[in-house]
Amino acid sequence: MRRREALAKLTGRERYVDDLPLDDFLWGMTVRSPAPRGRVTAIRFGTDIAWPEFVVVDHRDIPGPNVVALIEQDQPVLAAGYVRHVHEPVLLLAHPSREALRRAARSIEVVVAPEPPALDFRAPPGPAEIQYGTDNVLKRLQIVKGDVERALARAAVVVSGTYETGAQEHVYLEPQGMIASFEGAVLVVKGSMQCPYYVLKALQHALAREEALVRVIQTPTGGGFGGKEEFPSHIALHAALLALKSGRPVKLIYDRGEDMAATTKRHPALVRHRTGLGRDGRLLAQDIEVVIDGGAYVTLSPVVLSRAIIHAAGPYACDHVRISGRAMFTNAVPFGAFRGFGAPQSQFAGERHMDVIARTLGMDAVELRRINLLADGQSTATGQVIQDGTDRLAVMERALELSRYREKQRGHAAFNATHATLRRGSGLATFYHGAGFTGGGEVALQSRVRVAGRPDGRIEVLSANIEMGQGTLTVFTELAAARLGVAPEDVTVAEADTARVPNSGPTVASRTTMIVGGLLERAADDLRRRVGLDDTARGAAVQQAIRRWHREHPGEPLVGEAAYERPPGIAWDDTTYRGDAYGAFAWAAYVAEVEVDLRTCATRVIDFVAVQEVGKVLNPTLAKGQVQGGVVQGIGWALMEECKWREGAMANNQLTNYLIPTSDDVPSVRVAFLENPYPHGAGGAKGLGELPIDGPAPAIANAVARATGADPRAIPLTPERLMELLEIADFGLRIADSAP
Amino acid sequence: MNGHSAIRNPQSAIPITFTLNGKPVSLGVDPAARLLDTLRYQLALTGTKEGCGEGECGACTVYLDGVPVNSCLVPTYQVRGQRVETVESLEPGALEPFERCGATQCGACTPGVVMTASWIREHPELLATHSIRELMAGNLCRCTGYDGIVDSVAEALREPGSGKRDT
Repeated sequence: MRRREALAKLTGRERYVDDLPLDDFLWGMTVRSPAPRGRVTAIRFGTDIAWPEFVVVDHRDIPGPNVVALIEQDQPVLAAGYVRHVHEPVLLLAHPSREALRRAARSIEVVVAPEPPALDFRAPPGPAEIQYGTDNVLKRLQIVKGDVERALARAAVVVSGTYETGAQEHVYLEPQGMIASFEGAVLVVKGSMQCPYYVLKALQHALAREEALVRVIQTPTGGGFGGKEEFPSHIALHAALLALKSGRPVKLIYDRGEDMAATTKRHPALVRHRTGLGRDGRLLAQDIEVVIDGGAYVTLSPVVLSRAIIHAAGPYACDHVRISGRAMFTNAVPFGAFRGFGAPQSQFAGERHMDVIARTLGMDAVELRRINLLADGQSTATGQVIQDGTDRLAVMERALELSRYREKQRGHAAFNATHATLRRGSGLATFYHGAGFTGGGEVALQSRVRVAGRPDGRIEVLSANIEMGQGTLTVFTELAAARLGVAPEDVTVAEADTARVPNSGPTVASRTTMIVGGLLERAADDLRRRVGLDDTARGAAVQQAIRRWHREHPGEPLVGEAAYERPPGIAWDDTTYRGDAYGAFAWAAYVAEVEVDLRTCATRVIDFVAVQEVGKVLNPTLAKGQVQGGVVQGIGWALMEECKWREGAMANNQLTNYLIPTSDDVPSVRVAFLENPYPHGAGGAKGLGELPIDGPAPAIANAVARATGADPRAIPLTPERLMELLEIADFGLRIADSAP
Repeated sequence: MNGHSAIRNPQSAIPITFTLNGKPVSLGVDPAARLLDTLRYQLALTGTKEGCGEGECGACTVYLDGVPVNSCLVPTYQVRGQRVETVESLEPGALEPFERCGATQCGACTPGVVMTASWIREHPELLATHSIRELMAGNLCRCTGYDGIVDSVAEALREPGSGKRDT
């Protein structure tokens, strides 16, 4: 099936939040902290502004607790006399003219008495920089399997390495925005978001309103990638506060500069590996330390750290593993959810480290992976026994074959030996990604989905999971149609409006198709039972029964429902971090071929092969598009996307100097799927959306190492960074790795 | 954070006339108004999107006298007497290859992508000197990885009717 809303998007008819018609409204704007830390001693309003025309909101206007409710209750809606990061919201303004508003906002000076900020998450904070607990550690987590110290002491070889990854800006093409208004006593907030019920919860909490007096509606969302997971709650609250005070609809739309400066980014990370190996290259012990920069508030850092450490050991069998994780408080703009959610950072380190090990042992990087990849019956770092029947070696072999890895390696050796200025190489990464919330997270969410039968026999899917480009509307339509045997045209997917749809959990963590889709299938079964049919009834019989039911029960709603149930045989202990971290893992092997120009030190990806096993592929066009988009976002993170920091805030908050890949920067991404249906996922599917961003960065760094002989340990591998590495490695003289 | 420093005064509106999607339009515009805002907020043509406001992303692409431009960089008063065409002027039937090949995901870049792509389709001679990837490089997309877009343009070029328009 083709994407449901494709034509509306292609013709420009799709209405995003800033496109909605709105009468007699005010524009909203946020006034922010200029300093990373300190007491707000004064707020000076410009003298040439007609202030009575403006609505001005500060923390005293918040009806309930001044907190954006999330994991912790630590982040204020508006700073109350103290700021912890640059761009922290201090005041809100509204006015009918956007231009007048901008002028007024510029006239305001927020005066801060500075205190020493913590700005480097890698270094222990000085005494004056401690602002969280006794050591600025927001969260500590550990995974222990076996006895790592003993195994390291006995290992024939120990290889150590330190790896770093930078922040990444989401650059969803639609900047964030919200509209708040009142329908009678009900506050209605509409906007671009991934998680309507997160926004609802935050509004209820800080505005001290009961659920019946708040309604949240997701508008078509122009990309999210995690950036619209937790942050939209802030904008929703800000717009709502202005609407409350003014009594008028308020529209608060960020422009690109504000969006890049003030919203969350991918957590920067530092990962240290100490690996014990046998002479044959078998992994005997993995001692791993993962440190991430959380920024100035907790946001989602504890769960990002959790996913980072769970994925840190890679898809390999090893009996002795210790993974220690820390999320650090700093006075940076808070970091948050971004596609992959910690796993890209820890797997960059892990997969680059595999190549460093191979080089240290004088071993082939493919062979090293071949002897260590998890086989069925073996267990991950948390002790989760993998028993899914997926042939992980076959996934890797397919990637090697499609990329003509061996043949190209020989070709590269010849090319590099003769070419004056260009160096080519291929790099491999084998990796995995767990789908759904970690551990007991899905149980805690208690997700519910409804499938309604309409009087005309049509089917309506009701869930809080949203379309942001990844294809929810299409896949949900296909799943409902297939389950009930009806035509896709007879299926509608309800707008994600909290007044109508149940809380099926957030649209994150590669969970929508696999988990929520599974609930949808069971809700469809429930609908069928409610009209007196068994699970074998399909198509016209179902629709006739629905119409008959409505004739017999005029005016009553006909709704099937399903709630989440943990798949059998899954157990997780959150206190020891032992057990089944995820219901299912998707597996992948990616190969990048790069060309490095030694004159400019610029790296270009000239071929990319992405092979993965994601259960059953439900919609080949959408699935391929997810992989290609994820890979290109990963190429950007690996090579060019660099946040420049000034006092913990992004200094290059423009698309002019924060570069993301254009069509001309990347090759065609060649995608292949191996299918092994997952019995507990909708239609046999596993989660797919995040997996493709885990592999490109290590594959590319490994390829650059092979091409140039340099030993990159940090990304983005910009020309400047590579130039330093090549100078260290005798620029221009080094013969590229020519081992076959 | 976008710099708009001009002092605005409603009395300073400049009357202008131009052709929009084939029809004449007359209106008063602020001298500092961007064509993007005039289209979206004054004329309610919201198909044209703002992605960056500084001419980097191409989401606001429109044709000015038949040539693709970033409407966020065009002061509206400059289009007086000119032809402006927006995504709303495109024939939906011609967009079938884009629907089929996965050219759109979130859709925020899509109107701009479709405008540039349609322009390439009308000027296939450009392919003699430029690749589709080069010609599409002014339109950032964060979802598709570009394959869906590039494939769609290639498909559209194969369809009858390609290259019929002149500027």
